[in-house]
Amino acid sequence: MLNINEIIETNEMIDRQHLDIRTVTMGISLRDCSGYDAAETARRIYDKVTRSAAGLVRVCEDIERELGIPIVNKRVAVSPIAAVAESSDAEDYTIFAEALDRAARELGVNFIGGFSALVHKGFTRGDERLIASIPRALAETERVCASVNVASTRAGINMDAVRLMGETIKQSAELTAASGGFACAKLVVFANAVEDNPFMAGAFHGSGEPECVINVGVSGPGAVKTALTAARGQPFDAVAETIKKTAFRVTRMGQLVAREASARLGVPFGIVDLSLAPTPAAGDSVAEILEEMGLSSVGAHGTTAALALLNDAVKKGGVMASSHVGGLSGAFIPVSEDAGMIRAAQSGTLTLEKLEAMTCVCSVGLDMIAVPGDTPAETISAIIADEAAIGVVNNKTTAVRIIPAPGRHVGDTVDFGGLLGTAPVMPVSGGESGDFIARGGRIPAPLHSLRN
Amino acid sequence: MRAIVTVIGRDRVGIIAEVSGALARANVNILDITQTVTREYFTMMMLVDTSGFAGAFSELADSLDECGERLGMSIRIQREDIFEAMHRI
Repeated sequence: MLNINEIIETNEMIDRQHLDIRTVTMGISLRDCSGYDAAETARRIYDKVTRSAAGLVRVCEDIERELGIPIVNKRVAVSPIAAVAESSDAEDYTIFAEALDRAARELGVNFIGGFSALVHKGFTRGDERLIASIPRALAETERVCASVNVASTRAGINMDAVRLMGETIKQSAELTAASGGFACAKLVVFANAVEDNPFMAGAFHGSGEPECVINVGVSGPGAVKTALTAARGQPFDAVAETIKKTAFRVTRMGQLVAREASARLGVPFGIVDLSLAPTPAAGDSVAEILEEMGLSSVGAHGTTAALALLNDAVKKGGVMASSHVGGLSGAFIPVSEDAGMIRAAQSGTLTLEKLEAMTCVCSVGLDMIAVPGDTPAETISAIIADEAAIGVVNNKTTAVRIIPAPGRHVGDTVDFGGLLGTAPVMPVSGGESGDFIARGGRIPAPLHSLRN
Repeated sequence: MRAIVTVIGRDRVGIIAEVSGALARANVNILDITQTVTREYFTMMMLVDTSGFAGAFSELADSLDECGERLGMSIRIQREDIFEAMHRI
């Protein structure tokens, strides 16, 4: 029999510490939607997405009500559109983004991911067309998210793709200048992208995935922070244990929701993504967990070590709580989506250089970072190259979601609203990387022996 | 289906009567009750069996919400599974 304290503890985590299921994401294969006629292909895409995910929102709402835990986002991820659209006669793939957008609106899901291409070793014709379509596709749709994988540990870094993505990000920002370059918030450049990530903007349905699948992303930075306040002043052994226990509980909840959603929708369960995903709400911050460990502000020396401990303990605690763990799993550090990160970036304690170091030990990369609108495309490409190198050499996923906010300068802020939050414009290095990016070609895959 | 009803708020006369009345009208059987009062705050937990209730879970939750409004308290019903998942291996 459960005791009253356990019931109260659970409900306090939900009510006061923002514990929630961050996303239930249905992955849908669109491989059978390919065809020569672009309009027909777009129609098949719309039909398949709306048919497969018809019950998603209703089922999630039922589960929310029965368990009393909020499921914040219901989302859809589809096969990379570059592959689905390649056999069509379309030059511009915006038509397929529009079909996805219409489907997302019809279903009531807030984001749909998979306007994507995997080009870590080179481009097919479909990949080139998709990347060329990204700025317009993102500017003209509301809910579609795009991602491009430019590097992998086995293939190295495709520097032509890195150059192209710097330009693509600049164009995307300029097409949505009125909203601060909002399109860039829906565009992720990956190294070692994962096939089952439920989180946006980088979700897509990988080629090794089944026809349809349910992946769940949990959250709960507030719950971890609250648990740590009880361990104040204790050594790091106690800190790690406390985080593990909280991560275990949070993940068990995610596993329960994933199992329920999978059974009710008649769709196999894929993975639970054990991530600490912050929101701009007070008390829902990853930065505040690091500060609770004894740092005056995130970005202070010690931040990388604190984040390494946090990231590892979250995984260790969560892994036993779920039958299948996957996705990005770890701590997210999106600057605009985390009140503590915003504060530190505004005060200058948190810099791009420190964030880059932090991405060596956490689950993703430079995420939701606004930089001055006049940052050259080559500099953005170079930032992507640095981040890809960290991912490739360390055999982990890294990503760049950066917004060169048109007309904005260091010290300004860009407000994206909702979960995407407010991004302070951060300075980039004054050095030039143009000749470096102009070289193109591929940076070879790293050696896997003689490691140090 | 087994569910947990939690009732939290300022203590007053007739809380248990009101809540158990609402549950009885819905044909929901009470299996166990625990309650405490600390600093005038009343906290009660009921383990109930909802299998006798003919409607959807959300209707039961709505009727308890209404009951909570009448009492000026927070009443919620959640499936037992969420607490089991969190606190039992």
